[in-house]
Amino acid sequence: MPLSITTQEILETIRMVQMENLDIRTITMGISLRDCCRTDAKATAQAIYNKVTRTAKNLVPVGEEIERRYGIPIINKRISVTPIALVAESMGLEGYTIVARALDEAAKEVGVNFIGGYSALVHKGMTPGDKALIDSLPEALSTTDRVCASVNVATTKAGINMDAVALMGRVVKAAAEASADRDGLACAKLVVFCNVPEDNPFMAGAFHGIGEPECVINVGVSGPGVVLNAVRKDPHCDFGTLASAIKHTAFKITRMGELVGRAASESLGVPFGIVDLSLAPTPAIGDSVADILEAMGLERCGTHGTTAALAMLNDAVKKGGAMASSYVGGLSGAFIPVSEDAGMIAAVEVGALTLDKLEAMTCVCSVGLDMIAVPGDTPAETLSAIIADEAAIGMINRKTTAVRVIPVPGKKVGDHVEFGGLLGHAPVMPVHNFSSSAFISRGGRIPAPLQALNN
Amino acid sequence: MSEKKENRVIVTVLGQDRVGIIASVATIIADAGANILDISQTIMQGEIFSMIMVIDMAVATISYDQLRATLEQKGNELGVQIMAQHEDVFKFMHRI
Repeated sequence: MPLSITTQEILETIRMVQMENLDIRTITMGISLRDCCRTDAKATAQAIYNKVTRTAKNLVPVGEEIERRYGIPIINKRISVTPIALVAESMGLEGYTIVARALDEAAKEVGVNFIGGYSALVHKGMTPGDKALIDSLPEALSTTDRVCASVNVATTKAGINMDAVALMGRVVKAAAEASADRDGLACAKLVVFCNVPEDNPFMAGAFHGIGEPECVINVGVSGPGVVLNAVRKDPHCDFGTLASAIKHTAFKITRMGELVGRAASESLGVPFGIVDLSLAPTPAIGDSVADILEAMGLERCGTHGTTAALAMLNDAVKKGGAMASSYVGGLSGAFIPVSEDAGMIAAVEVGALTLDKLEAMTCVCSVGLDMIAVPGDTPAETLSAIIADEAAIGMINRKTTAVRVIPVPGKKVGDHVEFGGLLGHAPVMPVHNFSSSAFISRGGRIPAPLQALNN
Repeated sequence: MSEKKENRVIVTVLGQDRVGIIASVATIIADAGANILDISQTIMQGEIFSMIMVIDMAVATISYDQLRATLEQKGNELGVQIMAQHEDVFKFMHRI
């Protein structure tokens, strides 16, 4: 039977993997824990441990088998679970920590590097269980290695819960203090969201939403290096041509996600949920979203034009990606985690990229202020105000926004923080020194905007 | 997933040209009981050896993982890169 694929196409695929860092960023198994609620914390923790280890037993071996079969690296195998505040509502503060440790142990047992879903949805208000989960975050995140947490404080439909925003500023600060010996690493595992998606495969914000099935496989693709190469090929083409080149490339990248998702779903006997189209960078050279923006003609990421470049890039990625997969979901936006992107780090270091520009980028398609190190003496109210600004952008634009900032204890602007591995390293960035505390102390809820009234 | 259908694997060899690359790779594939369906070989830019083989493993006597490992080892001996990947990866990327 003749070969239906040309030599050029085969070599193109191989080049993408070998030279341009094409990989599948994550296969994330979503597991419902709604049947794990027991009358006391220990029994609940045991039920959670049993269910996670039983359900995800084959996740890592199957992922590795797929890597070998297709010759495409799958960087992470991960698990997301039902927001723990829904499962452990009645456990009290101490009970939550026991549950967090059970999740950590289960993740280690099955060999996944992160387990997400230590989460609460409090956009309109908090139950006692939500409050206990949030209060437990500094200890839970500083005494576990693999547990990731998220708190949704706002939606377009509900408005912004400013009491929760105020509380999260203090919690982020406390989580940094609790892990001061590791430069506030606990904060790298904590995301504060507006309009959080229920099927996001990417950490640290993944959880298994309440509308999800018993178990599901979601896939996150990567590939900034491949897009970068496509952009560099024709440095002087106009934007229509450039968008078309990016679309073609995004299509191919996403097809790999679709293939791996279908294969994992079949091997594990678990339904295939979604492919998340986000271009996820890594600290590796050439695997940077900032490099793509610069290849589009900006001297440095962060200068004037960056927002337009990012908007165009991500729209083209979505258009190409949406055609390549039957089910697109999750965040499917641009990831610009500063510490995880070599080009972003370089742009911050030369003074081209600031917190304010990063915030502007979240207005178009970035999903948030991600992995940003700020001075350790940043007041909790300032952190809350940063969260409020992001939540407002998400609420008004009907999109997901998130904040993952690390107020690094003892560090000041210009210092450097090393988180290691995929989390990378980051220069400490300045925040505005003018106070927001009177604004944050008002409390209450910012009402849902007119955008919510779409029925 | 692919075991039910034809089990076609693409073997790609890239590297510095030298005597005996095709013979070595073909021998490993024959020893594995796999059938070579198609082969295409060129020397790119006058020196880089590139060969693409389509093989059918439906009646192979060793597993895909074993074949892959044997080919990789031979690649190291010959100083070339030998990859084996399931055909679906290329079909999926370039065809709908």
